[in-house]
This record gives sequence, structure tokens and C-alpha cells, in this order.
Amino acid sequence: MSKEKTTRVTIDADNLRSEIRDKSVKVLDIRKEEDYKQGHIPSAINLPLASLLADDSPEKVVQFAQSFGIGDETPVVVYDDTFGALASRVAWTLEYIGHEDVSLLDVTFGTWKKLGLEINTESPSLGKTSHSIKLQPQILATSDYLAPAKEKGSVLVDNRERLNFLEQHIPGAINIPYKMLASDQNILRPKDDLKRLIQNRNITSDSEIITYCGSVGTLSGLGYYALKSIGLDNVKLYVRSFKEWKSLEKPIEKQKDANYWDLSAE
Amino acid sequence: MSNKNINQPKSDNNPKHKINWGRLEEAERFAELVKLFRQGKLNRDDFRRFRLQHGAYGSRMTDDYSMIRLKLPAGEVYPEQLDKIAELSDSFSIGSAHVSTRQNFQLHWVALEDVSEVLRGLAEVGVTTREACGNSVRSIMCSPLAGVCPEEIFDPTPYAVAATKFLLRNPMSQSLPRKFKINFTCCEKHGMARMVDIGLIPQQVEINGRIQRGFKIFLGGGLGAQSFVGHQLETFTPEEELLYTIISVIRIFDRLGNRENMARARMRYLVNEMGWEKFQNLVLKERAMMKMILSLLVKLEIDKTPEVLRKISISSEMPSIPQGYSRWVKSNTVKQKQLGFSSVFLTLESGDVTSSQLRAIADMAREFTADGQIRNGFAQDMVFRHVKDEDLPRLYAKLLEVGLANPGALTMASVVGCSGTTSCNLALTNSHRLAKEVQRKFIELKIDEDDDLRNSTIKISGCPNSCGQHEIATIGFYGGGGRLGKDMYPQYTMLLGGRSDENTTLGYTCTKVPAKRVIPTILKIVEIFKSEKKHGETLDLWILRVLEGNGGPNVKSLDDIKELLKSTVVAPTKDQDEDFYADYGNDGSYHAKTGRGECAA
Repeated sequence: MSKEKTTRVTIDADNLRSEIRDKSVKVLDIRKEEDYKQGHIPSAINLPLASLLADDSPEKVVQFAQSFGIGDETPVVVYDDTFGALASRVAWTLEYIGHEDVSLLDVTFGTWKKLGLEINTESPSLGKTSHSIKLQPQILATSDYLAPAKEKGSVLVDNRERLNFLEQHIPGAINIPYKMLASDQNILRPKDDLKRLIQNRNITSDSEIITYCGSVGTLSGLGYYALKSIGLDNVKLYVRSFKEWKSLEKPIEKQKDANYWDLSAE
Repeated sequence: MSNKNINQPKSDNNPKHKINWGRLEEAERFAELVKLFRQGKLNRDDFRRFRLQHGAYGSRMTDDYSMIRLKLPAGEVYPEQLDKIAELSDSFSIGSAHVSTRQNFQLHWVALEDVSEVLRGLAEVGVTTREACGNSVRSIMCSPLAGVCPEEIFDPTPYAVAATKFLLRNPMSQSLPRKFKINFTCCEKHGMARMVDIGLIPQQVEINGRIQRGFKIFLGGGLGAQSFVGHQLETFTPEEELLYTIISVIRIFDRLGNRENMARARMRYLVNEMGWEKFQNLVLKERAMMKMILSLLVKLEIDKTPEVLRKISISSEMPSIPQGYSRWVKSNTVKQKQLGFSSVFLTLESGDVTSSQLRAIADMAREFTADGQIRNGFAQDMVFRHVKDEDLPRLYAKLLEVGLANPGALTMASVVGCSGTTSCNLALTNSHRLAKEVQRKFIELKIDEDDDLRNSTIKISGCPNSCGQHEIATIGFYGGGGRLGKDMYPQYTMLLGGRSDENTTLGYTCTKVPAKRVIPTILKIVEIFKSEKKHGETLDLWILRVLEGNGGPNVKSLDDIKELLKSTVVAPTKDQDEDFYADYGNDGSYHAKTGRGECAA
């Protein structure tokens, strides 16, 4: 595995608490507004994922950033209560417009609460600022990019659950279900565990890896950061994911002649 | 994500697993060999042998996914182990687990690359998958009622565990002509001693005023494409001779079993071809030799320390007894020989259980069972033992919350179905789903409440190979294909009158039944029985009477039953009923498709 980047992919609760005390960080809460209002991590700003997805063009995203007081150099930490997947999508979006210093809180809000850490209902002051746009196309994959990349030996990773993957997936994809990525307490497993999962698949550190999931790049956003967390640098998110792929009527592969759904006890 | 409540108190009173069967280094070796195999440095056959020896079976139509079979000696499993299995299923399988008819859990559709991670996780909690598949001595079974059964002479569990300790990873068990199965039962009623390579039932005799423990041992039975009932080796085998007997039988099988023809390789064929008397003599001679050579060196380590039961107290009062409780108590619980305690059977559907249910079961075992463990049963079920009678309503209420309170576990409404086309390469039909459909219908019809049907069983296999044990069912089915003109449809062959107790009998073929007519056919049989039965007669006994040729004036023989079913099993044309031509779980037309069987690797 290659050298790990200096930017941290995740931050733990203790470090975030001290950075909040130092007022050196902007914290984004990705949950719905009504959940946010019930209580949130002190100083967190509410950015419901739906608001971002309504228009996630770089112009709009940079407007959000500026209105929250996030400048080019401001450290940002994102959290959610959905095992890190929604937070990952927001973090990736910021990264895409060129914001380098963005991390995921390594626990969900639910765990933060269970751990008995501070919560309040105060709305933080936002303090407008300016932010530039420096698009990072090397972290984005489009539908047209996939087939030629596969040809060149890129690894295409589907982060949906196993049964959904068996039912249909992009030809040649391998499946790393998002549930494989988390541990009991944290949104991502320890690095050694994640490294083993990748090494077991014979994926080398210089591989180009593209992640995708069902619709808007949340589960695969978490997949993206899981790979980044173990120092894999050449990772892209196919952000429009399988929903777009299907709507474009591109070829689909499935595991045929097996009734695997009937094994599920749901 | 884990549903485990991280605030839940886990008292030190909770027993942990006693024996560590797992080995971390085997997980690491598995990961290495998968890499070598993927890099083309290890050939497919060698890799398959290795994979099976470590409990990973190929999946239907693909080797890229495995079915991982855990090895749970005597079916014992502890709450911490269930929590881990749930976690591993969420991460690497499909979020559920399957309880097999041999007391094991199976995790399906695990990527080959992740098998080592599952083995690693299992080893952390003392569980192994070693020799759960392949040509080895498979998990040694023991009745889920062993130790609590009112009819048993003594608890055979320590013997099953000791035999596993001796045989697991033992070089003599690694490369047999074919798989080898050993079952212990508590009594004649609750086991399958005659349908297995070695079956054992506890027995004791008085010799010179001294009570001597031992077993009734049956050899050479087994279910399969061709099934045989086992033969009793001798009137009484003293416990001191147990190990030498087992070693002798395995050695003879190893030497003389058919290594040329996989389809005739199981020991039952050897016994059948050689003749019982000759085989029996060989075993007795071999045992005399083994005793001479080994008796000073090799002994079975039987842990006879009595089981320490925890004090459990569930204090708070039940506000009211939930609805359905009395129906459930009647069909899902058994009074133990220990006064005031019951064993509780969980009704699963074809043995499937979700990961969140597994966690709930683990918590309930911690809270309600005095032995703090769970045993998997012989009929794709799970069993709590040592539950205080007065706690049953509260346990039922908890089971209701997680969808595990279905009645019928110990009745005909609880149907066995092998994995069929959900994952098995050999399957011709979706027996797994069919078993669920039958069970749902029968619970809806309250079949479990009918005392005439209680003792009967329904078991379904997706092919003739008997993993669904259709030959020992009162009404058994195995899958195949039917045809009307050029159109294929899924179909089962129905057998009647099988049983696995002291009068073990294989079912007799009655007629072919299309998959979509299985439910009406069973209901029709019940209807015929109701009109034919003598006062107090149960379904299984009526079928036995018909098979013996003592049926009533209307139904004298199996052929008469077949005749009465004719209109029920007739195939409509595809234009009349398109759904008839699709198997359960499929939209499209049925076509029989199979891959290579892996039992035989």
C-alpha cells in the first residue's frame, strides 16, 4: 500500500471536541432539519443531504460553503446518523470543488450520543467568507469513463448489498458491500482490517478504483473514503451510479439461475 | 450496522464457550491459498479439496461465492458466538444465516475472497469450519434434548464432544473415500441413529451389580440417492469401547470404501455390497486389534463434570399473557426431566434466521436459559433449554417482538426444506421456498393444532440426494422436472410413510406432484385421512396401516391414494395456467439446470 496522505480521512470524537473548543473547524451535520433541531454536536451547521442533492453543481456547492464561512483552508468535519454514507457524499462533493481539508467524524451521531458527549441546540454563527472553485476531475467517474477504464484494468467496485449485486450490476464489477466497511463502533473498520480485505482481492496500491452504488453515490461515497483511508490514492466515485447506468440502458450483468432471494429470512 | 444495544449489561454470570475449536492460522492459510488459486498457481481440484476441508462449499453456478458451513459439535452454540455470526453475516453474507438439518449454521453467498475473514471472525469466538465439508468426519451431532430428555438414560453430549476432540484435525479423518457422519441421540424417539454412518443411543446395563454405561451402535445407515437403514453392531457397547469402535469403523471405511465411483462411495454402500455379517465381523476384529494397540495410549477425554446451571431470575410481572401463547406452548415446548424447566423450539422457515434475530436469540439465551447456551436442532430449528416454566410467557412475548413466535415447531406445520436452487449446484427445484410456502399455509390453517397431525412430518429436497431428508418424512418430496408436450414444469416425487425412530422406515414412492400442486395435494391427503381414520388414529399411523395393506374399504393401498390424487396433480396446458410452469421464486418458465456437485470433491 502506498504512503498515506497527510489529509486525514476520519477524525475521532476526542480530536473533534478539542478542535471545536479551539474554534478551528467547521462541522457539518447532514441529518434532516428536524433531527438537527432536536440536538446536534456543538457548533455544527445543518446541511441536510437533500438540500445539497437538489442542486450539487459546483457553483451551488461553493455558495453553500461560503455561506457557512468555509474558506479554502478551513478544516471541515462532516457527520450523519446513517453509518457515514451521507456524510461521505457531502465530503466528496466538497473535495470535488477543490476543498482539501475535509474529514468524516469516525462515529455516527447516534454513537456520539450513546458515548454521552456534548450536544446542544444552539445555532452557530456562520460568518460568510469566500471559497474558490478548483475542480478535481480525477476523483469523478462518469458513465462514459467506465468501459474504457475497465479495459485498461481499473477495478470497478459495487458497494451495494450482496443480494442486490447478485441481482444486477455493471459488467465486470466486484462487490464490496458497504456493511463490510464498518466496525461495531466506527463508520470504518481499522486500517489493518480494510487493508486485508483489499489485499485478499489482489487489488494493488497502484490500481485505479471506481466505486458506485444504487443511486446517488452515498454508499459508494463511504466506499471511496474507506479506500482512501488505507492510502489508495487513485480512487474515483461514479457519483450518478447504477441508477443512471440503468436509465442509459447500458449492459447489465446478473448471477443467473439461482433463487438467492429466497434464502433471506426477511 | 449493528443493532446491538451497546448499553446492555452483560453480567459475568454469562457462560462463555468452553472449547475453542477455531484456529486463526487456518484463516490466514485460507487467504493465502485463495490468492495462489486466483493467480493460477494452484490448480482448481487441489484448491477445491482444500476449500471443502475448511468448510467452504461452491455456490450454485459459480465458484466465486462460497457457502460457509460452521461446525458446531453437538449443535452447541453460545450467545457471544451468535452475535459474531450475525456480525459476519451482515458484513460478508446476506444478512441472514441458515440452520442445517445437521445442527450447523451456513452462511451463503460469501465472496471467495472474504471466506478467510469469516474464518478469522469465527476463530475469535472459538468456532471452526474445519471438516464441515469434504471427505472428512463431519460435525458430530447430538440430540438437542440431550441432557434434558425425560426418556434418556444418560446425557450423551460429553461423548459427542469428546469424540469431536479426538477426530477433528486427526490425520485419519482427512481423506476418506467420502464424507462420514456420526450422530448421538438422547433416546429412540429424538434422533436419527439409524440414518447415519455411525449412530449411537445411550444405554446402560447392570454387570455384577455395577451399572455400566454404554451405547447401542448402528452402522451403515444413511440417506441419499440410495438410502439404507443402519444395522446394530452388538447388543451393548460399553463406553470404554466407544472410541475403539469408532476408530475401527473409520479405518475399515478408509481401506475398503469405494474410491473409484463417487456415487457409491459412502460407507452404506460398502456395508450393503459386502453384506452386514461380514462387515460386522471386520469391525469386531479391527476393534480387538485397536484395543491391543491403542488402549494404553488413546483414550476418549470425557468431561463428566456435571453442568452448572446459572441462577436465573426474571423478576418483573407480566401484565398479561400475550395472544397465541397457549397454542405456542403446546407446539413449541417440551417439559424437561428437570422439574420446572422446559426446552423451547423456535420455528424458523426452512432454517433461515436474520442477523438481527440471531442477536435477539443471543440476548434471550442470556436472559432466560440456565445453561446460557443454544442448541441447534435436527429439523432446521434452534432450541433454548433450561427455561423456567414460569418464564415461558415472558420469553414468548420477547419472541413475538422479533418475529420468532410462530407456533408449530414440533408439529407437521414445521417443514424441512434443503437449500435447493437458492444456492446448491445439484438442485432441480426451489425446495427451500416451497417448504416456506407450505409452512406459512399450514400455520395459517392452524394445522399445528390438529392432534391427528402432530407426529407427522413434511420434508422436501430439491433433488433425489436427500439433504432435505424426504425419505424419513411422513410425507416427503424430492424435486425434478415434469413435461407436458414441449413445456417443462417443476415437479416433485412424493413419498409416504418414512420415519426415523426405532422403527425407522424409508418412505414409499406414491406419485409425482407438480410444484404448484404440492399444497393442495397435502391437504387432499389430510382430507382422505380424516374420512378414513379410525378413532384416535394419527396421520402417520393411518399411512402405516395403508402401507401394510390394512387400509379401509376405500383406501387399501398406496395405489388407491395415488388414484384419489389424480385430479389434483394433473398438469394444465401453458395457456390455461402459465404460473404452473414457473417454479417458486421465478417469473420465467422452468428449466432444469444443474452444475457439478461438490459433496463429491
